[in-house]
Amino acid sequence: MSQNVLSVEQLNAVYRTELYGIKREVKVINDISLTLKRDEVFGIAGESGSGKTTLIKLLSGTHRAPLTVLGGKVSYDFEDRDACTDVLNCSRADLDSIRWKNLSYVMQGSMNVLNPVRKIHKSFIDFAYRHMDIPDKDDFREAVVTYLAKLRLPAEILNSYPHELSGGMRQRVIIALATICNPDVIVADEPTTALDVVVQRETLNLIREIQGQQKNTVLLITHDMAVHANIADRIGIMYAGRLVEEGKTRDIFYNPSHPYTQHLIGSLPRIGDSSHKEGLKGNPPNLASPPTGCPFHPRCPRAKKECSERNPAMEMIGDEHRVACYYHGAK
Amino acid sequence: MSQVQLSVKNAVKEYRLGGLISGTTFRAVNEVNFELYTGKPEVFSIIGESGSGKTTLSRMILRLIKNDGGTIELDGKDLNRIKGRKGEMDFMSRVQPIFQNPFETFNPLSRVDRYLLDTAQHFFPDDPDPEKRVEEALEAVGLSLEEIGKRYPHELSGGQLQRTSIARAIIPKPEILIADEPVSMIDASLRMSIVNLFSSLKERFDTSIIYITHDLATAYYVSDRIAIMHRGIFVEQGPARGILENPRHPYTKLLVRAALDPSPDAEDFDYKPSRFEGEEFTAKGCLFADRCEEAGNECFHVLPCEVELEDRIIRCLKYNIK
Ligand SMILES: Nc1ncnc2c1ncn2[C@@H]1O[C@H](COP(=O)(O)OP(=O)(O)OP(=O)(O)O)[C@@H](O)[C@H]1O
Ligand SMILES: Nc1ncnc2c1ncn2[C@@H]1O[C@H](COP(=O)(O)OP(=O)(O)OP(=O)(O)O)[C@@H](O)[C@H]1O
Ligand SMILES: [Mg+2]
Ligand SMILES: [Mg+2]
Repeated sequence: MSQNVLSVEQLNAVYRTELYGIKREVKVINDISLTLKRDEVFGIAGESGSGKTTLIKLLSGTHRAPLTVLGGKVSYDFEDRDACTDVLNCSRADLDSIRWKNLSYVMQGSMNVLNPVRKIHKSFIDFAYRHMDIPDKDDFREAVVTYLAKLRLPAEILNSYPHELSGGMRQRVIIALATICNPDVIVADEPTTALDVVVQRETLNLIREIQGQQKNTVLLITHDMAVHANIADRIGIMYAGRLVEEGKTRDIFYNPSHPYTQHLIGSLPRIGDSSHKEGLKGNPPNLASPPTGCPFHPRCPRAKKECSERNPAMEMIGDEHRVACYYHGAK
Repeated sequence: MSQVQLSVKNAVKEYRLGGLISGTTFRAVNEVNFELYTGKPEVFSIIGESGSGKTTLSRMILRLIKNDGGTIELDGKDLNRIKGRKGEMDFMSRVQPIFQNPFETFNPLSRVDRYLLDTAQHFFPDDPDPEKRVEEALEAVGLSLEEIGKRYPHELSGGQLQRTSIARAIIPKPEILIADEPVSMIDASLRMSIVNLFSSLKERFDTSIIYITHDLATAYYVSDRIAIMHRGIFVEQGPARGILENPRHPYTKLLVRAALDPSPDAEDFDYKPSRFEGEEFTAKGCLFADRCEEAGNECFHVLPCEVELEDRIIRCLKYNIK
């Protein structure tokens, strides 16, 4: 077993749409290479519309037309040697068999993971029963109750419908569901948005606690940089469908090198700080006709001529610290 | 002197508790009071627990649901007395919503430009150039018709969709904008553009903004006044910076302590998990008592009323008893 649980190589994908006979390609994932290690929390932040949700659709094999893969590889190294690893080319049945057991994902707006007309107990049966090797239904329920109790969730919730629970409760149920089979990789897209800060803390502590026990890999997407600061070991920053910087959490916060990352970290408001903060100037790139060269150059304070001509590749600039910028040293 | 524009007095909304404890009702909004003033536009933020009634309160102010008690008035006129198409149109051009979930705001079968142009034509039927109004509104949120106009809602990212819904809301140049978690789905930099946009709408058009959010840091940054909501009650309201820098209500203290700092060296924090759903809402006395570190015996029996405490209004027995 290698140290890495997932490797993504030069992934490229587009949304291919046709409107009134005019074909359009939205270049949504561009040359992304990335590896996730065992037992780590990897955070992804980035501009709205930069392709984060799209990326995890690809990583989970749930992409459908019009999203089209142009090239690249996504391969997992699950502990279970029989599990399918090449999710871009797995059959539907294979994907179903690894979901929850090897790879759990909770998509953006995750409330809809839970079927609104089925009691929570049924959702556990639907998703986890066949992976847990506990044939007797009563024993299975017992195991679920025990697991819920570990997460400080009362057994009563199993008899509730999703809408009867608060946002925070529902979120914890989803986390319980996503982790009960002890998967190798858990992917969560904005799992704590829309929660109050107390419940958010509770939820994050829960994710940390489970991860600490199960040693799985967590891929966490959120706009909330405070969440990344609190929970991620490493962070990747996306802009215009590219990974533009990647590094240990401390490096991203204390030594950001890509001008987009620098702006992102620099514009964070804090209680007690009343200085004026600006959003990024200019418009987000149009991925149907992205700028030439580096996609950030039209908004970049340090862009030079070559930035509009050639696109910088990711370059190693420190221990586990990579950045795609010709002038990353400049401030 | 500034005149009262929006007045919320003892507003109450009751709901039946579903499933868990059936048959009982609880107050999703429990005797809430606040005012906004003409000629003194403000960003008034409401922060609070998930499920504390923020959205319910905003929906009452928007006339989407009726209050079960108290009164809500716009320029002295009870919202329940607004009648007829003309009255409703007038109200809608003055008070505009931005909803929590932009996916629900849009008709999935309708193109984005159509939707925005319809809004412009709806409010300005005699304007020969509705496109200009749409373009201006989109520009204010960092988008353009060229980029997103021809798309359908599902072809936009969450953030793009939310900015589009803000653009729609500002087309009629409303006096009051009610934004329910408008930035929770967008990136940190854009959050700042949006809250700065709120400040500029306030300054340029005298628009007051009711900003509902879980993000304490942006609320601190942009708000003039703030209200902290817990289980249907405004537990503390007053100047935003004063309250967030020096919280007095025990729930506000918990909230400020729990808020994550965007720094890898932030401290850990131990929490006391909340009671099971429904129990707190129907409990007697102060609904925060069982989680409150400062609670005395009487807190479990007496619901605190509002008292003025220096710069703020607070509902906590600690300050009720002289
Ligand atoms: N079905 C689709 N057809 C065409 N374009 C699409 C489609 N779905 C998404 N897009 C575009 O692809 C880009 C990436 O979208 P995605 O949802 O992956 O972004 P994101 O980084 O998750 O954004 P957010 O932070 O707002 O959730 C956006 O520009 C979006 O408009
Ligand atoms: N139509 C309804 N019927 C019954 N109960 C309802 C209804 N709408 C809301 N509630 C309940 O009223 C309470 C307040 O809900 P509301 O949506 O106003 O909270 P909120 O403060 O906006 O929460 P969040 O921060 O999660 O958005 C919750 O307990 C909710 O379950
Ligand atoms: Mg997304
Ligand atoms: Mg709400």
